[in-house]
Amino acid sequence: MQKLVVIGAGMASGRMLEHMFEADPQAYEVTLFNAEPRGNYNRIMLSPVLSGEKSYEEIVTHDDAWYADNAVTCRFGERITGIDRDRKVVISEKGETPYDKLVIGTGSAPFIIPCPGHDLPGVVAFRDLEDVDAMKTAAGSDGRAVVIGGGLLGLEAAAALRLQGMEVTVLHLMGHLMERQLDEAAGYLLKKDLEGRGITVLTGASTKAIMGEGRVEKVVLEDGTVIPADIVVMAVGIRPSVALGQAAGLEMGRAIKVDAQMVTSDPDVLAVGECVEFDGNLFGLVAPLYDQARVAAKTLLGEDDVFRMRELSTKLKVTGCDLFSAGDFADGEGREDIVFRDPGRGIYKRLVIEDDVVLGAVFYGDTADSNWYFGLIKDKTDISEMRDTLIFGPAYQGGAQVDPMAAVAALPPDAEICGCNGVCKSTITEAIGAGATDLGSLRATTKASASCGTCTGLVEQLLAVTLGEDFRSKEAGICGCTDLTHEEVRRLIKARELKSQTAVWQELGWKTVDGCHVCRPAINFYLLADWPLEYQDDLQSRFINERKHANIQKDGTFSVMPRMWGGITNPAELRAIADAADKYNVPTVKVTGGQRIDLLGVKSEDLPHIWADLNAAGMVSGHAYSKGLRTVKTCVGTDHCRFGTQDSTGLGIKLEKALWGSWTPHKVKLAVSGCPRNCAEATCKDVGVICVDSGYQIGVAGAAGMDVKETERLADVPTEQEAIDLTIAFVQLYRENAKYLDRPYKWVAKVGLDWVKERVVHDLDNRAALIERFAISQSVYQKDPWAEHAATKTDAYTPLSDFRLEAAE
Amino acid sequence: MTTDWIDVGAFDAIPARGARMVRTPQGCIAVFRTATDEVFALDNACPHKKGPLADGIVHGNKVTCPLHNWVISLETGLAQGADEGAVETYPARVENGRILIEAAFLKRQAAE
Repeated sequence: MQKLVVIGAGMASGRMLEHMFEADPQAYEVTLFNAEPRGNYNRIMLSPVLSGEKSYEEIVTHDDAWYADNAVTCRFGERITGIDRDRKVVISEKGETPYDKLVIGTGSAPFIIPCPGHDLPGVVAFRDLEDVDAMKTAAGSDGRAVVIGGGLLGLEAAAALRLQGMEVTVLHLMGHLMERQLDEAAGYLLKKDLEGRGITVLTGASTKAIMGEGRVEKVVLEDGTVIPADIVVMAVGIRPSVALGQAAGLEMGRAIKVDAQMVTSDPDVLAVGECVEFDGNLFGLVAPLYDQARVAAKTLLGEDDVFRMRELSTKLKVTGCDLFSAGDFADGEGREDIVFRDPGRGIYKRLVIEDDVVLGAVFYGDTADSNWYFGLIKDKTDISEMRDTLIFGPAYQGGAQVDPMAAVAALPPDAEICGCNGVCKSTITEAIGAGATDLGSLRATTKASASCGTCTGLVEQLLAVTLGEDFRSKEAGICGCTDLTHEEVRRLIKARELKSQTAVWQELGWKTVDGCHVCRPAINFYLLADWPLEYQDDLQSRFINERKHANIQKDGTFSVMPRMWGGITNPAELRAIADAADKYNVPTVKVTGGQRIDLLGVKSEDLPHIWADLNAAGMVSGHAYSKGLRTVKTCVGTDHCRFGTQDSTGLGIKLEKALWGSWTPHKVKLAVSGCPRNCAEATCKDVGVICVDSGYQIGVAGAAGMDVKETERLADVPTEQEAIDLTIAFVQLYRENAKYLDRPYKWVAKVGLDWVKERVVHDLDNRAALIERFAISQSVYQKDPWAEHAATKTDAYTPLSDFRLEAAE
Repeated sequence: MTTDWIDVGAFDAIPARGARMVRTPQGCIAVFRTATDEVFALDNACPHKKGPLADGIVHGNKVTCPLHNWVISLETGLAQGADEGAVETYPARVENGRILIEAAFLKRQAAE
């Protein structure tokens, strides 16, 4: 078998290998060198990793299994030091590796301004995962960051660092941001938008020096301005990494010269990616790199293909900043502009036209139709017929259709949908026809929306248009209102300090006006759990059971269940319950599995009254309807039992008194058993305590519902107080981190018991902090909703009006 | 024939994204107020299993039934998405802080 050596595991070479293995898995025996100690990941998604919106694992494009499946010999972390083209070997520190064909994909290196202090610790680039890790470490300290360079990369870094909580200043040499992609007006809107996020933007700012004792402390500008900084991110540009190619004597321009088959001046050496020069052009965006990858794979397999330059478009991957630019939008003789502005909504659109053809487009604030305009530019469409309405988008051409679906349906088959991967509409519709009926499988088969992801919405619309009613959206998003997952939303609520539902909908780009029955209860919980003092609980976002503090039954009546602390009651309470059952004609009285009494079949309008009666006898809501603390089941313990080792009933009551009223991601049930005979069935609860002679065994993450699962041991503790502390800390950790509607056992399975132990058991400071935050929340939420509603909200339980009598008259 | 409108209660008695029910001789209707302060009147019985729609979560111009999460359009009464069915709707409007519903709702047939 022929030997293929690839230097550099980047996006271009990775894609090339994919194409090659797809076409002929047996063509080459492949050895892949990479100076970074890892394989190929989606480098253009580093900014979401930096902001915390994605994890590294989510952007890995080729994992170990992929390399293994394709029999690629991976030599990661091993730098190639030379190429001997005469003997056809590459040289690394570990020796020589022979090749029949060689592909150079060494990419590019960040350009570092050679100003004084550029080599101080704390000056980082934004090119690879190491840089991201360095920035994240610095961001954790709530520090100050200066980003030098207001281009695509610099702004993504700035926005991400701001999201991480840092104080961020962007220095840009030119008069407006992203001057290569934006005109001045759009640059202004972008600047305003970034400033609105708390980022300071200085344009026309020339860096004179970076200063500090031993590490970065400040940045000094030519005009004398001094900006304090804990880290400085250099994002002024890239230069091709061509040292290897140059040393090997390949023909060079500004980078390694290749022909349209991606072959260098040596017929056995190819090059792809940011290290190549083709026809005088260098490359920095991903779309042409993927084209090169396709061509290089064909060339290696002896097939014909030709690389061509094509029009490029740009989108900025900063959540909430919608901008798009394509083509040539410089002013010029004979060129005309069509401009649309809506300052109130921060929208700006500009088309540059020459001889009835669109040459360039810049959009800010509304980029929904950008692909359609991009198509006009690429196809050089004659727009004279639609010039009047051109700026309003495809929906206004040939009729008054404003439905975005119709706009997608109207796109021609060769319209490009995914710019990164060069996937056109017909490729996607064919894949859908072949059975790819959701986003995941479509990404797998066509790669559409699999890179930067900005065309995800368009691909979904295409799915919806093609499949009609059969299309069920979203692989992992909370619901149809957002593509973000529960975990992402939780993280963003904390990171961006979103303290109202409106803020969540607006800032995280909800697709609906005010959510739906799936996301609203979840968001309401996340907000009240994270901001107990600031956020106002929203009853209208709660499921009816939590809105009316009773369990709805199938006939629309409700059940009423007073709390019985630790399952202990007395004759007075029992009399009051019996009286209430009589007075309100309760059809069913049931003893529950949680050791209390349920009154089933109470009418809505009677609820406040039966509650008032039970309140009068000293009882409060049992929250038997809530995603919150339900019951603490106990056995009689040392009080009566001859086997009891500790006061299990007493501990149960203490736990219930501490935890009641707290809202949690799902219901939480506890139990305390007085000895290992475990009469309270503590080993299948969310938290279960078994008393033993030496103290208390605390188990968590049990289940006895849809799944049955024994608890896992969190810790053994000698004192009752520690048992209470651990339980509260565990519940608070669950409240702060779990996905809505995940019971603790599901959540612990995701994060791992060790992760929980570290925070609850081992780290005493963290345990104390969890308990303190729980106490703050309880100061707001530990109140009897029955008393409150019976006193102030009885109207909500009664009909607005009653026309039964009038009709009878 | 002129339309009779019947005053069923104060607009302020319903919270935004909320609902209240109105009893009639043939069963209840649900009166909704959306986030944008529009009002809608529908039979208070989901076409699926007669769930009380007034107890649902209101989002946009839709309500989700509390029993089995059917989503019903407040404008048309039609079940949304894959579900099929409809509930009766009645013209409703707000005037001088009062909710008025077209009198037909009192003369309707009993909801199934």
